[in-house]
Amino acid sequence: MNPLGVAGGVLQAVVIVGGAPLVVGLMRQIRARLEGRAGAGVAQPWRDLRKQLRKQPASPRGTSEIYRSAPVLLVATTLVVAVVAPFVTTASALPAVADLFVVVALLALGTVMIALAGIDTGTAFGGMGASREVTILALVEPTVLVAIFALSVRAGSTNLSAIVGSVLDDPARLVSPASLLAAVALVVVIVAETGRLPVDNPATHLELTMVHEAMVLEYAGPDLALVELGSAMRLSVYLGLLANLFVPWGVATGPGVAALAVGVAAFAVKVTLLAAALALAEVFLAKLRLFRVPELLAGSFLLALLSVTTAYVLV
Amino acid sequence: MGIEMSGLTVQLLDIAAGALLLTAVLVVWRRELSVILRVFALQGVALAGLVAVLASAQRSVELGLVALGLLVLRGVVLPLLVRRSLAGAGPVRRETTPMLNVAASLLAAAALTLLALAVSVPLVALDPSPATRAVPVAVAVVLIGLMVMVTRRHAVSQVVGFLLMDNGITAVAFLTTAGIGLLVEAGIALDVLLVAGVLHVLTGRIRETFGDTDLSALRELHD
Repeated sequence: MNPLGVAGGVLQAVVIVGGAPLVVGLMRQIRARLEGRAGAGVAQPWRDLRKQLRKQPASPRGTSEIYRSAPVLLVATTLVVAVVAPFVTTASALPAVADLFVVVALLALGTVMIALAGIDTGTAFGGMGASREVTILALVEPTVLVAIFALSVRAGSTNLSAIVGSVLDDPARLVSPASLLAAVALVVVIVAETGRLPVDNPATHLELTMVHEAMVLEYAGPDLALVELGSAMRLSVYLGLLANLFVPWGVATGPGVAALAVGVAAFAVKVTLLAAALALAEVFLAKLRLFRVPELLAGSFLLALLSVTTAYVLV
Repeated sequence: MGIEMSGLTVQLLDIAAGALLLTAVLVVWRRELSVILRVFALQGVALAGLVAVLASAQRSVELGLVALGLLVLRGVVLPLLVRRSLAGAGPVRRETTPMLNVAASLLAAAALTLLALAVSVPLVALDPSPATRAVPVAVAVVLIGLMVMVTRRHAVSQVVGFLLMDNGITAVAFLTTAGIGLLVEAGIALDVLLVAGVLHVLTGRIRETFGDTDLSALRELHD
Protein backbone atom coordinates (compact mmCIF):
# COMPACT_ATOMS: atom_id res chain seq x y z
CA MET A 1 0.00 0.00 0.00
CA ASN A 2 1.82 3.10 -1.21
CA PRO A 3 1.01 6.75 -0.44
CA LEU A 4 0.22 7.55 -4.08
CA GLY A 5 -2.28 4.68 -4.18
CA VAL A 6 -4.00 5.86 -1.00
CA ALA A 7 -4.15 9.49 -2.11
CA GLY A 8 -5.37 8.44 -5.55
CA GLY A 9 -7.93 6.08 -4.05
CA VAL A 10 -9.41 8.79 -1.84
CA LEU A 11 -9.44 11.22 -4.77
CA GLN A 12 -11.11 8.67 -7.02
CA ALA A 13 -13.83 7.98 -4.47
CA VAL A 14 -14.50 11.70 -4.00
CA VAL A 15 -14.51 12.41 -7.74
CA ILE A 16 -16.81 9.49 -8.56
CA VAL A 17 -19.29 10.03 -5.72
CA GLY A 18 -19.40 13.75 -6.39
CA GLY A 19 -19.32 13.57 -10.16
CA ALA A 20 -21.51 10.54 -10.92
CA PRO A 21 -24.84 12.37 -10.39
CA LEU A 22 -23.51 15.25 -12.49
CA VAL A 23 -22.71 12.82 -15.31
CA VAL A 24 -26.30 11.53 -15.16
CA GLY A 25 -27.55 15.13 -15.07
CA LEU A 26 -25.41 16.00 -18.08
CA MET A 27 -26.78 13.06 -20.06
CA ARG A 28 -30.37 14.05 -19.23
CA GLN A 29 -29.62 17.66 -20.14
CA ILE A 30 -28.14 16.71 -23.51
CA ARG A 31 -31.10 14.52 -24.25
CA ALA A 32 -33.55 17.26 -23.22
CA ARG A 33 -31.84 19.87 -25.40
CA LEU A 34 -31.77 17.57 -28.42
CA GLU A 35 -35.47 16.84 -27.95
CA GLY A 36 -36.26 20.56 -27.81
CA ARG A 37 -36.88 20.76 -24.06
CA ALA A 38 -35.19 23.18 -21.69
CA GLY A 39 -34.03 20.43 -19.32
CA ALA A 40 -33.72 20.51 -15.56
CA GLY A 41 -30.03 21.41 -15.44
CA VAL A 42 -26.92 19.36 -14.84
CA ALA A 43 -27.19 19.51 -11.03
CA GLN A 44 -30.76 18.23 -10.88
CA PRO A 45 -29.80 14.66 -9.80
CA TRP A 46 -27.96 16.14 -6.79
CA ARG A 47 -31.03 18.22 -5.89
CA ASP A 48 -33.18 15.08 -6.14
CA LEU A 49 -30.75 13.17 -3.92
CA ARG A 50 -30.80 15.95 -1.31
CA LYS A 51 -34.58 15.98 -1.28
CA GLN A 52 -34.83 12.20 -0.91
CA LEU A 53 -32.17 12.03 1.79
CA ARG A 54 -34.18 14.42 3.95
CA LYS A 55 -37.27 12.25 3.82
CA GLN A 56 -38.27 9.76 6.47
CA PRO A 57 -37.14 6.18 5.70
CA ALA A 58 -40.00 3.87 4.78
CA SER A 59 -40.13 0.28 3.58
CA PRO A 60 -43.07 -1.87 2.49
CA ARG A 61 -44.62 -4.25 4.97
CA GLY A 62 -43.29 -7.81 4.80
CA THR A 63 -39.86 -6.98 3.38
CA SER A 64 -36.78 -8.46 5.02
CA GLU A 65 -33.28 -7.25 5.80
CA ILE A 66 -32.26 -7.96 2.20
CA TYR A 67 -34.48 -5.14 1.03
CA ARG A 68 -32.95 -2.71 3.53
CA SER A 69 -29.31 -3.73 3.02
CA ALA A 70 -29.35 -3.87 -0.80
CA PRO A 71 -28.97 -0.10 -1.45
CA VAL A 72 -26.10 0.14 1.04
CA LEU A 73 -24.35 -2.86 -0.52
CA LEU A 74 -24.86 -1.47 -4.03
CA VAL A 75 -23.16 1.79 -3.07
CA ALA A 76 -20.50 0.01 -0.99
CA THR A 77 -19.40 -2.43 -3.72
CA THR A 78 -19.29 0.34 -6.30
CA LEU A 79 -17.32 2.52 -3.91
CA VAL A 80 -14.71 -0.21 -3.43
CA VAL A 81 -14.29 -0.44 -7.20
CA ALA A 82 -14.11 3.36 -7.39
CA VAL A 83 -11.27 3.36 -4.86
CA VAL A 84 -9.13 0.54 -6.25
CA ALA A 85 -9.56 0.57 -10.05
CA PRO A 86 -7.11 2.67 -12.10
CA PHE A 87 -9.13 5.82 -12.80
CA VAL A 88 -6.94 8.71 -11.66
CA THR A 89 -3.74 6.82 -10.91
CA THR A 90 -2.38 3.39 -11.84
CA ALA A 91 -1.03 2.95 -8.31
CA SER A 92 -3.88 1.16 -6.58
CA ALA A 93 -4.55 1.42 -2.85
CA LEU A 94 -5.20 -2.34 -2.73
CA PRO A 95 -3.46 -3.86 -5.77
CA ALA A 96 -4.92 -7.31 -5.11
CA VAL A 97 -8.47 -5.98 -5.38
CA ALA A 98 -7.79 -4.06 -8.60
CA ASP A 99 -7.92 -7.41 -10.37
CA LEU A 100 -10.21 -7.91 -13.35
CA PHE A 101 -12.13 -10.77 -11.75
CA VAL A 102 -12.55 -9.06 -8.38
CA VAL A 103 -13.82 -5.84 -9.94
CA VAL A 104 -16.33 -7.62 -12.18
CA ALA A 105 -17.49 -9.76 -9.25
CA LEU A 106 -17.95 -6.69 -7.03
CA LEU A 107 -20.01 -4.92 -9.69
CA ALA A 108 -22.08 -8.06 -10.24
CA LEU A 109 -22.67 -8.38 -6.49
CA GLY A 110 -24.32 -4.94 -6.43
CA THR A 111 -26.63 -5.90 -9.30
CA VAL A 112 -27.53 -9.21 -7.70
CA MET A 113 -28.38 -7.49 -4.39
CA ILE A 114 -30.76 -5.09 -6.12
CA ALA A 115 -32.33 -8.01 -8.01
CA LEU A 116 -32.83 -9.88 -4.71
CA ALA A 117 -34.38 -6.77 -3.19
CA GLY A 118 -36.75 -6.58 -6.16
CA ILE A 119 -37.86 -10.17 -5.49
CA ASP A 120 -38.04 -9.47 -1.75
CA THR A 121 -40.80 -6.89 -2.17
CA GLY A 122 -43.07 -9.64 -3.49
CA THR A 123 -44.70 -7.39 -6.09
CA ALA A 124 -45.23 -8.45 -9.69
CA PHE A 125 -43.06 -5.62 -11.03
CA GLY A 126 -40.18 -6.38 -8.66
CA GLY A 127 -40.02 -10.04 -9.63
CA MET A 128 -40.36 -9.29 -13.32
CA GLY A 129 -37.63 -6.65 -13.24
CA ALA A 130 -35.34 -8.96 -11.24
CA SER A 131 -35.84 -11.83 -13.69
CA ARG A 132 -35.02 -9.58 -16.64
CA GLU A 133 -32.03 -8.03 -14.91
CA VAL A 134 -30.57 -11.42 -14.05
CA THR A 135 -31.10 -12.61 -17.64
CA ILE A 136 -29.15 -9.62 -18.90
CA LEU A 137 -26.53 -9.98 -16.17
CA ALA A 138 -25.91 -13.63 -17.05
CA LEU A 139 -25.14 -12.61 -20.63
CA VAL A 140 -23.18 -9.47 -19.75
CA GLU A 141 -20.72 -10.76 -17.15
CA PRO A 142 -19.00 -13.36 -19.36
CA THR A 143 -18.60 -10.75 -22.09
CA VAL A 144 -17.03 -8.20 -19.75
CA LEU A 145 -14.65 -10.84 -18.41
CA VAL A 146 -13.66 -12.16 -21.83
CA ALA A 147 -13.28 -8.69 -23.38
CA ILE A 148 -10.98 -7.37 -20.65
CA PHE A 149 -9.21 -10.72 -20.62
CA ALA A 150 -8.33 -10.13 -24.29
CA LEU A 151 -6.60 -6.92 -23.24
CA SER A 152 -4.80 -8.69 -20.42
CA VAL A 153 -3.28 -11.28 -22.79
CA ARG A 154 -0.57 -8.89 -23.92
CA ALA A 155 -0.11 -7.26 -20.55
CA GLY A 156 0.42 -10.72 -19.07
CA SER A 157 -1.64 -9.90 -16.00
CA THR A 158 -5.30 -9.57 -15.10
CA ASN A 159 -4.55 -6.65 -12.83
CA LEU A 160 -6.34 -3.62 -14.26
CA SER A 161 -3.53 -1.25 -13.27
CA ALA A 162 -1.03 -3.48 -15.07
CA ILE A 163 -3.23 -3.53 -18.20
CA VAL A 164 -3.55 0.26 -18.23
CA GLY A 165 0.18 0.64 -17.55
CA SER A 166 1.15 -1.70 -20.38
CA VAL A 167 -1.01 0.25 -22.86
CA LEU A 168 0.72 3.45 -21.71
CA ASP A 169 4.09 1.82 -22.41
CA ASP A 170 3.14 0.63 -25.88
CA PRO A 171 0.27 2.64 -27.42
CA ALA A 172 0.64 0.94 -30.82
CA ARG A 173 -1.16 -2.14 -29.57
CA LEU A 174 -4.39 -0.15 -29.32
CA VAL A 175 -4.84 -0.35 -33.09
CA SER A 176 -4.71 -4.16 -33.13
CA PRO A 177 -7.81 -6.15 -34.09
CA ALA A 178 -7.94 -7.65 -30.59
CA SER A 179 -8.34 -4.34 -28.81
CA LEU A 180 -10.72 -2.92 -31.44
CA LEU A 181 -13.03 -5.96 -31.15
CA ALA A 182 -12.80 -5.81 -27.35
CA ALA A 183 -13.72 -2.12 -27.43
CA VAL A 184 -16.87 -2.75 -29.46
CA ALA A 185 -17.88 -5.66 -27.22
CA LEU A 186 -17.30 -3.62 -24.07
CA VAL A 187 -19.34 -0.67 -25.33
CA VAL A 188 -22.32 -2.95 -26.02
CA VAL A 189 -22.19 -4.66 -22.63
CA ILE A 190 -21.67 -1.42 -20.73
CA VAL A 191 -24.76 0.00 -22.39
CA ALA A 192 -26.67 -3.12 -21.36
CA GLU A 193 -25.26 -3.32 -17.85
CA THR A 194 -25.94 0.31 -16.95
CA GLY A 195 -29.49 0.07 -18.26
CA ARG A 196 -29.27 2.57 -21.11
CA LEU A 197 -31.02 2.51 -24.48
CA PRO A 198 -31.48 0.31 -26.49
CA VAL A 199 -31.56 -2.32 -23.72
CA ASP A 200 -33.45 -0.42 -21.03
CA ASN A 201 -34.94 3.05 -21.02
CA PRO A 202 -33.70 4.96 -17.96
CA ALA A 203 -36.28 7.73 -18.38
CA THR A 204 -39.48 5.72 -17.94
CA HIS A 205 -41.50 4.61 -14.97
CA LEU A 206 -44.48 2.25 -14.99
CA GLU A 207 -43.96 0.75 -18.37
CA LEU A 208 -44.20 -2.96 -18.95
CA THR A 209 -40.80 -2.86 -20.63
CA MET A 210 -38.73 -1.43 -17.79
CA VAL A 211 -35.91 -3.44 -16.23
CA HIS A 212 -33.96 -1.49 -13.64
CA GLU A 213 -36.84 0.81 -12.64
CA ALA A 214 -39.10 -2.20 -12.07
CA MET A 215 -36.78 -3.60 -9.40
CA VAL A 216 -36.44 -0.38 -7.44
CA LEU A 217 -40.07 0.69 -7.76
CA GLU A 218 -40.80 0.20 -4.05
CA TYR A 219 -37.86 2.20 -2.75
CA ALA A 220 -38.50 5.63 -1.24
CA GLY A 221 -36.66 8.29 0.72
CA PRO A 222 -33.00 7.76 1.68
CA ASP A 223 -32.99 4.19 0.33
CA LEU A 224 -34.06 5.44 -3.09
CA ALA A 225 -31.36 8.12 -2.87
CA LEU A 226 -28.75 5.39 -2.28
CA VAL A 227 -30.06 3.28 -5.16
CA GLU A 228 -29.97 6.26 -7.52
CA LEU A 229 -26.50 7.26 -6.34
CA GLY A 230 -25.32 3.66 -6.71
CA SER A 231 -26.62 3.39 -10.29
CA ALA A 232 -25.07 6.73 -11.20
CA MET A 233 -21.74 5.61 -9.72
CA ARG A 234 -21.89 2.34 -11.65
CA LEU A 235 -22.37 4.27 -14.87
CA SER A 236 -19.36 6.47 -14.12
CA VAL A 237 -17.25 3.49 -13.04
CA TYR A 238 -18.02 1.57 -16.24
CA LEU A 239 -17.42 4.60 -18.44
CA GLY A 240 -14.19 5.29 -16.55
CA LEU A 241 -13.00 1.70 -17.03
CA LEU A 242 -13.81 1.86 -20.74
CA ALA A 243 -11.99 5.18 -21.08
CA ASN A 244 -8.87 4.15 -19.20
CA LEU A 245 -8.55 0.71 -20.79
CA PHE A 246 -8.54 2.16 -24.31
CA VAL A 247 -7.45 5.80 -23.88
CA PRO A 248 -5.24 5.70 -20.77
CA TRP A 249 -3.37 8.95 -21.37
CA GLY A 250 -3.40 11.39 -18.46
CA VAL A 251 -3.50 8.71 -15.76
CA ALA A 252 -1.02 9.55 -12.99
CA THR A 253 1.78 6.97 -12.89
CA GLY A 254 4.17 8.79 -10.57
CA PRO A 255 3.69 10.72 -7.32
CA GLY A 256 3.11 14.46 -7.19
CA VAL A 257 0.21 16.83 -6.76
CA ALA A 258 0.43 18.00 -10.37
CA ALA A 259 0.26 14.44 -11.73
CA LEU A 260 -2.80 13.69 -9.59
CA ALA A 261 -4.47 16.94 -10.69
CA VAL A 262 -3.84 16.06 -14.34
CA GLY A 263 -5.18 12.56 -13.63
CA VAL A 264 -8.41 13.92 -12.14
CA ALA A 265 -8.88 16.41 -14.99
CA ALA A 266 -8.18 13.78 -17.67
CA PHE A 267 -10.56 11.31 -16.01
CA ALA A 268 -13.33 13.93 -15.76
CA VAL A 269 -12.89 14.98 -19.39
CA LYS A 270 -12.86 11.39 -20.67
CA VAL A 271 -15.96 10.32 -18.74
CA THR A 272 -17.80 13.52 -19.70
CA LEU A 273 -17.02 13.02 -23.38
CA LEU A 274 -18.06 9.34 -23.27
CA ALA A 275 -21.28 10.20 -21.43
CA ALA A 276 -22.07 12.96 -23.93
CA ALA A 277 -21.46 10.57 -26.83
CA LEU A 278 -23.69 7.95 -25.20
CA ALA A 279 -26.47 10.50 -24.61
CA LEU A 280 -26.18 11.70 -28.19
CA ALA A 281 -26.43 8.17 -29.54
CA GLU A 282 -29.42 7.44 -27.33
CA VAL A 283 -31.47 10.18 -28.97
CA PHE A 284 -31.33 8.28 -32.24
CA LEU A 285 -32.05 4.83 -30.77
CA ALA A 286 -35.31 3.10 -30.02
CA LYS A 287 -35.58 0.53 -27.28
CA LEU A 288 -34.96 -3.01 -28.44
CA ARG A 289 -37.59 -5.67 -27.83
CA LEU A 290 -36.63 -7.62 -24.72
CA PHE A 291 -36.44 -10.87 -26.66
CA ARG A 292 -33.98 -9.31 -29.10
CA VAL A 293 -31.63 -8.28 -26.28
CA PRO A 294 -29.98 -11.75 -25.97
CA GLU A 295 -29.19 -11.50 -29.69
CA LEU A 296 -27.36 -8.22 -29.15
CA LEU A 297 -25.49 -9.58 -26.15
CA ALA A 298 -24.64 -12.86 -27.89
CA GLY A 299 -23.14 -10.75 -30.66
CA SER A 300 -21.03 -8.78 -28.23
CA PHE A 301 -19.95 -12.01 -26.51
CA LEU A 302 -18.85 -13.36 -29.89
CA LEU A 303 -16.86 -10.18 -30.53
CA ALA A 304 -15.19 -10.52 -27.12
CA LEU A 305 -14.35 -14.17 -27.83
CA LEU A 306 -12.96 -13.29 -31.26
CA SER A 307 -10.93 -10.59 -29.58
CA VAL A 308 -9.29 -13.13 -27.27
CA THR A 309 -8.76 -15.47 -30.22
CA THR A 310 -7.10 -12.81 -32.35
CA ALA A 311 -5.02 -11.69 -29.37
CA TYR A 312 -3.50 -15.16 -29.34
CA VAL A 313 -3.39 -15.75 -33.09
CA LEU A 314 -2.33 -12.44 -34.61
CA VAL A 315 0.59 -11.62 -32.40
CA MET B 1 6.55 -17.24 -47.40
CA GLY B 2 9.66 -16.05 -45.66
CA ILE B 3 9.36 -12.36 -46.49
CA GLU B 4 10.44 -9.90 -43.86
CA MET B 5 7.70 -7.52 -42.81
CA SER B 6 8.03 -4.30 -40.88
CA GLY B 7 5.99 -3.66 -37.73
CA LEU B 8 3.61 -1.35 -39.53
CA THR B 9 2.97 -3.86 -42.31
CA VAL B 10 2.21 -6.58 -39.78
CA GLN B 11 -0.19 -4.25 -37.98
CA LEU B 12 -1.98 -3.33 -41.23
CA LEU B 13 -2.19 -7.00 -42.16
CA ASP B 14 -3.67 -7.81 -38.75
CA ILE B 15 -6.23 -5.03 -39.08
CA ALA B 16 -7.27 -6.20 -42.55
CA ALA B 17 -7.65 -9.76 -41.21
CA GLY B 18 -9.62 -8.45 -38.22
CA ALA B 19 -11.92 -6.49 -40.54
CA LEU B 20 -12.45 -9.64 -42.61
CA LEU B 21 -13.60 -11.53 -39.53
CA LEU B 22 -15.66 -8.65 -38.12
CA THR B 23 -17.60 -8.23 -41.37
CA ALA B 24 -18.30 -11.98 -41.48
CA VAL B 25 -19.70 -11.77 -37.94
CA LEU B 26 -21.80 -8.74 -38.85
CA VAL B 27 -23.36 -10.66 -41.74
CA VAL B 28 -24.47 -13.28 -39.21
CA TRP B 29 -25.57 -10.65 -36.69
CA ARG B 30 -27.74 -8.37 -38.82
CA ARG B 31 -31.09 -9.29 -40.34
CA GLU B 32 -31.63 -6.40 -42.74
CA LEU B 33 -30.60 -7.70 -46.17
CA SER B 34 -29.50 -4.31 -47.45
CA VAL B 35 -27.23 -3.89 -44.40
CA ILE B 36 -25.82 -7.38 -44.98
CA LEU B 37 -24.97 -6.42 -48.56
CA ARG B 38 -23.24 -3.24 -47.43
CA VAL B 39 -21.20 -5.24 -44.90
CA PHE B 40 -20.36 -7.74 -47.62
CA ALA B 41 -19.04 -4.92 -49.84
CA LEU B 42 -16.90 -3.76 -46.89
CA GLN B 43 -15.50 -7.25 -46.61
CA GLY B 44 -14.51 -7.11 -50.25
CA VAL B 45 -12.63 -3.89 -49.54
CA ALA B 46 -10.94 -5.50 -46.51
CA LEU B 47 -9.89 -8.47 -48.64
CA ALA B 48 -8.46 -6.16 -51.30
CA GLY B 49 -6.64 -4.27 -48.52
CA LEU B 50 -5.18 -7.55 -47.23
CA VAL B 51 -3.82 -8.43 -50.66
CA ALA B 52 -2.54 -4.87 -51.15
CA VAL B 53 -0.59 -5.12 -47.88
CA LEU B 54 0.90 -8.44 -49.05
CA ALA B 55 1.74 -6.84 -52.40
CA SER B 56 3.57 -3.96 -50.76
CA ALA B 57 5.42 -6.38 -48.47
CA GLN B 58 6.58 -8.45 -51.44
CA ARG B 59 7.02 -5.41 -53.72
CA SER B 60 5.07 -7.26 -56.39
CA VAL B 61 3.29 -5.25 -59.09
CA GLU B 62 1.36 -8.30 -60.18
CA LEU B 63 -0.11 -8.77 -56.71
CA GLY B 64 -0.95 -5.07 -56.63
CA LEU B 65 -2.93 -5.47 -59.84
CA VAL B 66 -4.71 -8.46 -58.31
CA ALA B 67 -5.60 -6.31 -55.26
CA LEU B 68 -7.04 -3.66 -57.56
CA GLY B 69 -9.04 -6.29 -59.41
CA LEU B 70 -10.33 -7.71 -56.11
CA LEU B 71 -11.39 -4.23 -55.01
CA VAL B 72 -13.40 -3.70 -58.18
CA LEU B 73 -14.89 -7.20 -58.27
CA ARG B 74 -15.63 -7.87 -54.59
CA GLY B 75 -16.06 -4.33 -53.35
CA VAL B 76 -18.24 -3.06 -56.19
CA VAL B 77 -19.38 -5.49 -58.90
CA LEU B 78 -20.54 -8.48 -56.83
CA PRO B 79 -22.39 -6.40 -54.19
CA LEU B 80 -24.09 -4.45 -56.99
CA LEU B 81 -25.10 -7.65 -58.73
CA VAL B 82 -26.57 -9.13 -55.53
CA ARG B 83 -28.24 -5.81 -54.74
CA ARG B 84 -29.99 -5.94 -58.09
CA SER B 85 -31.34 -9.38 -57.38
CA LEU B 86 -32.44 -8.10 -53.95
CA ALA B 87 -34.31 -5.26 -55.65
CA GLY B 88 -36.12 -7.85 -57.73
CA ALA B 89 -36.63 -10.26 -54.85
CA GLY B 90 -39.98 -8.98 -53.73
CA PRO B 91 -41.15 -7.28 -50.56
CA VAL B 92 -39.23 -9.38 -48.03
CA ARG B 93 -36.15 -7.33 -47.16
CA ARG B 94 -35.22 -9.09 -43.94
CA GLU B 95 -33.99 -12.49 -42.97
CA THR B 96 -36.98 -13.00 -40.70
CA THR B 97 -36.80 -16.62 -39.61
CA PRO B 98 -33.42 -18.24 -40.20
CA MET B 99 -33.32 -21.99 -39.48
CA LEU B 100 -30.96 -21.27 -36.63
CA ASN B 101 -31.95 -18.15 -34.68
CA VAL B 102 -29.50 -15.27 -34.67
CA ALA B 103 -28.26 -15.71 -31.09
CA ALA B 104 -27.60 -19.42 -31.69
CA SER B 105 -25.88 -18.78 -35.01
CA LEU B 106 -23.66 -16.18 -33.33
CA LEU B 107 -22.60 -18.78 -30.78
CA ALA B 108 -22.11 -21.27 -33.62
CA ALA B 109 -19.90 -18.71 -35.35
CA ALA B 110 -17.84 -18.47 -32.16
CA ALA B 111 -17.47 -22.27 -32.09
CA LEU B 112 -16.54 -22.32 -35.80
CA THR B 113 -13.85 -19.70 -35.19
CA LEU B 114 -12.33 -21.84 -32.46
CA LEU B 115 -12.56 -24.86 -34.77
CA ALA B 116 -10.77 -22.90 -37.51
CA LEU B 117 -8.08 -22.01 -35.00
CA ALA B 118 -7.65 -25.65 -34.02
CA VAL B 119 -7.52 -27.09 -37.54
CA SER B 120 -5.09 -24.52 -38.91
CA VAL B 121 -2.43 -25.12 -36.26
CA PRO B 122 -0.45 -27.50 -38.56
CA LEU B 123 -0.80 -25.04 -41.46
CA VAL B 124 0.68 -22.23 -39.40
CA ALA B 125 3.40 -24.52 -38.03
CA LEU B 126 4.66 -25.21 -41.57
CA ASP B 127 6.00 -21.68 -41.96
CA PRO B 128 5.27 -19.32 -39.07
CA SER B 129 5.14 -15.77 -40.45
CA PRO B 130 2.76 -12.86 -39.87
CA ALA B 131 0.85 -13.80 -43.03
CA THR B 132 0.35 -17.47 -42.18
CA ARG B 133 -0.64 -16.54 -38.63
CA ALA B 134 -3.70 -14.83 -40.12
CA VAL B 135 -4.74 -18.05 -41.87
CA PRO B 136 -7.05 -19.21 -39.01
CA VAL B 137 -9.02 -15.99 -39.44
CA ALA B 138 -9.52 -16.67 -43.15
CA VAL B 139 -10.50 -20.29 -42.45
CA ALA B 140 -13.04 -18.98 -39.91
CA VAL B 141 -14.54 -16.76 -42.62
CA VAL B 142 -14.88 -19.82 -44.89
CA LEU B 143 -16.69 -21.77 -42.15
CA ILE B 144 -18.95 -18.85 -41.22
CA GLY B 145 -19.86 -18.41 -44.90
CA LEU B 146 -20.75 -22.08 -45.12
CA MET B 147 -22.93 -21.74 -42.02
CA VAL B 148 -24.73 -18.71 -43.45
CA MET B 149 -25.35 -20.63 -46.66
CA VAL B 150 -26.79 -23.62 -44.82
CA THR B 151 -28.91 -21.91 -42.17
CA ARG B 152 -30.47 -18.96 -43.99
CA ARG B 153 -33.77 -19.17 -45.84
CA HIS B 154 -33.64 -16.13 -48.07
CA ALA B 155 -32.03 -16.74 -51.46
CA VAL B 156 -30.10 -13.48 -51.32
CA SER B 157 -28.53 -14.26 -47.95
CA GLN B 158 -27.58 -17.71 -49.22
CA VAL B 159 -25.82 -16.08 -52.15
CA VAL B 160 -24.02 -13.78 -49.69
CA GLY B 161 -23.02 -16.86 -47.69
CA PHE B 162 -21.54 -18.42 -50.81
CA LEU B 163 -19.60 -15.26 -51.66
CA LEU B 164 -18.43 -14.98 -48.04
CA MET B 165 -17.01 -18.48 -48.33
CA ASP B 166 -15.28 -17.52 -51.54
CA ASN B 167 -13.79 -14.41 -49.91
CA GLY B 168 -12.43 -16.67 -47.17
CA ILE B 169 -10.94 -19.12 -49.67
CA THR B 170 -9.29 -16.29 -51.59
CA ALA B 171 -7.84 -14.91 -48.34
CA VAL B 172 -6.44 -18.35 -47.42
CA ALA B 173 -4.91 -18.68 -50.90
CA PHE B 174 -3.13 -15.34 -50.69
CA LEU B 175 -1.99 -15.79 -47.11
CA THR B 176 -0.51 -19.26 -47.62
CA THR B 177 1.10 -18.84 -51.04
CA ALA B 178 3.32 -16.11 -52.41
CA GLY B 179 0.57 -15.14 -54.83
CA ILE B 180 -1.27 -17.53 -57.13
CA GLY B 181 -0.60 -15.77 -60.38
CA LEU B 182 -2.59 -13.11 -62.16
CA LEU B 183 -4.03 -15.52 -64.73
CA VAL B 184 -5.27 -18.05 -62.17
CA GLU B 185 -6.80 -15.32 -60.01
CA ALA B 186 -8.48 -13.76 -63.04
CA GLY B 187 -9.92 -17.18 -63.93
CA ILE B 188 -11.28 -17.66 -60.41
CA ALA B 189 -12.70 -14.14 -60.38
CA LEU B 190 -14.48 -14.76 -63.67
CA ASP B 191 -15.84 -18.02 -62.27
CA VAL B 192 -17.23 -16.33 -59.18
CA LEU B 193 -18.72 -13.55 -61.28
CA LEU B 194 -20.37 -16.13 -63.48
CA VAL B 195 -21.75 -18.04 -60.48
CA ALA B 196 -23.11 -14.82 -58.97
CA GLY B 197 -24.69 -14.01 -62.33
CA VAL B 198 -26.30 -17.45 -62.57
CA LEU B 199 -27.59 -17.17 -59.01
CA HIS B 200 -28.93 -13.70 -59.82
CA VAL B 201 -30.89 -15.09 -62.76
CA LEU B 202 -32.00 -18.09 -60.68
CA THR B 203 -33.28 -15.84 -57.89
CA GLY B 204 -35.26 -13.85 -60.43
CA ARG B 205 -36.78 -17.04 -61.88
CA ILE B 206 -37.65 -18.40 -58.44
CA ARG B 207 -39.44 -15.17 -57.61
CA GLU B 208 -41.27 -15.10 -60.94
CA THR B 209 -42.51 -18.64 -60.44
CA PHE B 210 -43.29 -18.66 -56.72
CA GLY B 211 -43.64 -14.95 -55.90
CA ASP B 212 -41.09 -15.25 -53.11
CA THR B 213 -37.42 -16.02 -52.57
CA ASP B 214 -37.85 -17.95 -49.34
CA LEU B 215 -36.12 -21.18 -50.26
CA SER B 216 -37.68 -23.19 -47.44
CA ALA B 217 -40.83 -23.28 -49.54
CA LEU B 218 -38.98 -25.32 -52.15
CA ARG B 219 -38.51 -28.50 -50.16
CA GLU B 220 -41.34 -30.63 -51.48
CA LEU B 221 -42.48 -31.65 -54.92
CA HIS B 222 -45.92 -30.57 -56.03
CA ASP B 223 -48.00 -31.65 -59.00
